[in-house]
Amino acid sequence: MTGRRLGKGGLIDRGRPLSFRFDGREIQGFAGDTLASALVASGVGVVARSFKYHRPRGLWANWAEDPNALFDVALDGVTRPNVHGATTVLEDGMELRSVNAWPSVRRDLKAGLDLFHRFLPAGFYYKAFMWPDWHLFEPSIRRMAGMGRVEPGEPGTPALNRHDRCDLLVVGGGLAGLTAARAAAEAGQDVVLVEDHPVAGGALHGFGGTVDGLTGAEWAAAQIAAIRAAGGRVMCATTATGIYDHRLVTLVTAAPFAQAPRLCRMRADRIVLATGAVDRPLVFDGNDRPGVMSPFAALDLLGRQAVLVGSRIALLHPQPEPVAARLEAAGASVSIHDPAAERLRVKGRKAVTGLCVAGCRHGCDTILAAAGSTPLVNLWCHAGGKLDWVEASFVPGEGPEGLSVIGAARGTSDDDAIREEARQAALGAALPPRGRPASGLLPNPLRGRAWVDLQNDVTTDDIALAARENFTSVEHLKRYTTLGMGTDQGRNSNVNGLALMAQHLGRTVPEVGTTKFRPPYVPVPLELYGGTRTGALNHAPKRLVLEPQHRALDAALGEYGGWLRPAWYARTEHAGRADEAVAREVLRTRQVAGILDASPLGKIEVMGPDAGAFLNFVYYNTMATLEPGRVRYGFMLTERGAVYDDGVLARLGPDHFVVSCSSSHVVGVMQHLEAWRQDGHDPDRIHVHDATQAWATVTVTGPRARDIVSDLGVGVDLRACAFPHMAIREGRFRSAPARVSRVSFTGELSFEISVPLDRARILWSAALAVGAPMGSGPLGMEALSILRAEKGFVIIGQDTTGDTMPHDLGFAGPRDRKTEPYVGDHGLQMEVARDPDRLQLVGLQVLDHAPKLARGAHLVRGAASGRPVSEGYVTSSYDSPTLLRPIALALLARGHTRMGEAVTVWHMGELRTARVVPACAIDPEGGRMNA
Amino acid sequence: MQRFTCPFCGLRDEREFSFAGESGKTRPDTAAEVSDADWSAYLFTGTNPRGRTDEIWVHTPCQEYFRMIRDTVTMEVLETVPLRRDPS
Repeated sequence: MTGRRLGKGGLIDRGRPLSFRFDGREIQGFAGDTLASALVASGVGVVARSFKYHRPRGLWANWAEDPNALFDVALDGVTRPNVHGATTVLEDGMELRSVNAWPSVRRDLKAGLDLFHRFLPAGFYYKAFMWPDWHLFEPSIRRMAGMGRVEPGEPGTPALNRHDRCDLLVVGGGLAGLTAARAAAEAGQDVVLVEDHPVAGGALHGFGGTVDGLTGAEWAAAQIAAIRAAGGRVMCATTATGIYDHRLVTLVTAAPFAQAPRLCRMRADRIVLATGAVDRPLVFDGNDRPGVMSPFAALDLLGRQAVLVGSRIALLHPQPEPVAARLEAAGASVSIHDPAAERLRVKGRKAVTGLCVAGCRHGCDTILAAAGSTPLVNLWCHAGGKLDWVEASFVPGEGPEGLSVIGAARGTSDDDAIREEARQAALGAALPPRGRPASGLLPNPLRGRAWVDLQNDVTTDDIALAARENFTSVEHLKRYTTLGMGTDQGRNSNVNGLALMAQHLGRTVPEVGTTKFRPPYVPVPLELYGGTRTGALNHAPKRLVLEPQHRALDAALGEYGGWLRPAWYARTEHAGRADEAVAREVLRTRQVAGILDASPLGKIEVMGPDAGAFLNFVYYNTMATLEPGRVRYGFMLTERGAVYDDGVLARLGPDHFVVSCSSSHVVGVMQHLEAWRQDGHDPDRIHVHDATQAWATVTVTGPRARDIVSDLGVGVDLRACAFPHMAIREGRFRSAPARVSRVSFTGELSFEISVPLDRARILWSAALAVGAPMGSGPLGMEALSILRAEKGFVIIGQDTTGDTMPHDLGFAGPRDRKTEPYVGDHGLQMEVARDPDRLQLVGLQVLDHAPKLARGAHLVRGAASGRPVSEGYVTSSYDSPTLLRPIALALLARGHTRMGEAVTVWHMGELRTARVVPACAIDPEGGRMNA
Repeated sequence: MQRFTCPFCGLRDEREFSFAGESGKTRPDTAAEVSDADWSAYLFTGTNPRGRTDEIWVHTPCQEYFRMIRDTVTMEVLETVPLRRDPS
């Protein structure tokens, strides 16, 4: 190919030259060029090497359907792999590196692979590299294949996302789309027109001529002005990449190179698709050589970028005259040949030197070859539209409501017919009957190497091989040969591939069928869908009202159950020795008192005349007998009988309860309660309200807790005789309501004091100030974890699995005795619930005095035989500062019956021995917390 | 992405909703004898029809459960009604 830039015409700005480099070579382009058009304009013929055989390739098309021109591009420190050359706007200073070629596309060292093509048919690696093990070959095959190179550590840029709606979305800004959008806008509809090129006008630029006495560019600009004047919106450089349920359309707007594209999720009441058509490649010997090109691409390059692709052009086209006339007018000599002729063959390797027709050679530098046209029906099919096979093309058939296809995408080629269709579609009227599309040619299985899919190097031989080996279903054909799996998504290759398969099978093309069309229509970066939802914007932890106070105490903050909470305090003082900080907090709590911010604890209010019966139903434990002023520990189960949450239920009055579920389960428990309230009970007699974030809770826990709390002035008689363990009292703190409950997660005497948020700071500071002279101090989450594990208290989800049932944790009473129905009741009676081999909660004591066990380590039998079998695993493991030895909790098969037994613990190939002990390692009688 | 009409809040994106179950499933009365087969059917067996379905969904922001009649082939939403009202 010997492309050159013409002195006039086109949409480029000759006053703004741009320079860039391609494989080190300095090249000039103009504003208005794409990467591909600038290369062709400077006479570059070979733009890439093919994926598998490393054959030299030139530009096939001038837009998204081009399968060849992919580059790794760097600009201003930003590098992107596999940039699509025919759609990417050229910018000054770009550095292009050809993919899949080294050292350059003209002298690629791996080009020799092509000589071995006989041994590299479709799926060759499945056959040749299976023995002795595919994994031996996989790394080198993967290095050989693939395209561009991702720069490690290349930061992404956030893609802006927005949502929008309109009455009518028109996709495609050619003759059809512009006519439809203008008609609809002038009829008063809220219209959005999207056009994927930077400049609208579609095929008008390529074919030249005039519309209503204006050039294509002038006419398109006039239509856009009219649409905008009528209140419509026009988005250029914007591609509709997919249609999803209920007419959601994703619109992707291109951005300058270093920025991420923008995504608009558009809801349209109606959609008109005017997506046009592309040339269908002609399948003949050597049709992948650089210089063999889509005829329309040559016209489009001429019209948009003023590039003439060759001076001596051989044209193979079912309707050659308009193409030939346009190219000749631009200064090329054009010879027309019959595309249906037998024995067509390309001469030349890295550039076309001639075309052989039935043995007769015709000299040329460019071959423009098409077998017909392929309507772009991808979006139609995304939305569930069906296809009809007419004149060797798939055109839209039956379709969903609210969606219509007009213009070349419908197979209509006459300009007046297109404009009539567009006006009807704009108003939602029925379209005129479809004319017959221009006829096309279908390929024959022929001798020689003829390409069906350029990007994935699929030849006619590969289709024949797939047919021979019975990969005849279109979806199998696609996956076996990789036909249509490239960036063009089969726009070039599908019809030819299906037609060849149909001939091998002796069926018609519609009988063979098409593969499923799926979004996105063009490749888009994944960051587009993420948008700005990364890091804390994606997952924002909940923040404590006391966070400034924790920071003032130099807390190490971590996420616990969705909340940012203090892990331990005095971070700087214990830098690098966090375990010392944690141990100090544990011992302080056991010896004096710890002061904990427990605000995330669930506080779901349940009220109403049926509240008691309702809670008795949703809890495993009997809650009907809970008296006002008392608190009871209990489980909520799933209907399968598995433990979903544990927590305490407090009864404030006859019809008023507070569900204090785990901090991390508030949202889930709330949904669980609402589901049963609304769908299973009388919702008028029960009210459920999540008040978790309306209260702050400060827990004072330890032997001196009562001394500290009595100095805080909470208006509650704290004496054990008046306020026993598992009770709740309502008092007042600084003239605000306060709820004080005696519930212990540490095994120590504890008071949980909840106050409105605006009293939190003063309560926290007062508790610290009162406790400090006694030797108490703040308590973080890590120390709390150890305190509760020493006591054998479980964390649901850490010490349980999704199968753990309450009797596995030692709570079998309600299963055996509770008579009223409750959620999960029959689940506990099923065979699986009674399996004697169930995993049960136990404690473990290591016998070798070595460090603590690894969490997740397996408890195994048969280790001596060398084939250990797991019987459970360690769920929690700590060095206990209180006991001065490691402690662990575990789930172990039949664990409750195995107290005292020595078990083998396996971790990463290492074996240790532990003794099964009760889960509770401290104060099993409960004297401390009942004090 | 689909759009559903919450009977209380109006038309919203699918992402605001969660499926809660098929309509018309009643919990076996566990105060009486329940066979394992009945319990399994209650927990695990759905009719999963092709075409018109009658389901219970929840609109997460308002936490209201409601009935939705929709078509699983065309994705058309035929009706959404509060739980305590019958569909037309």
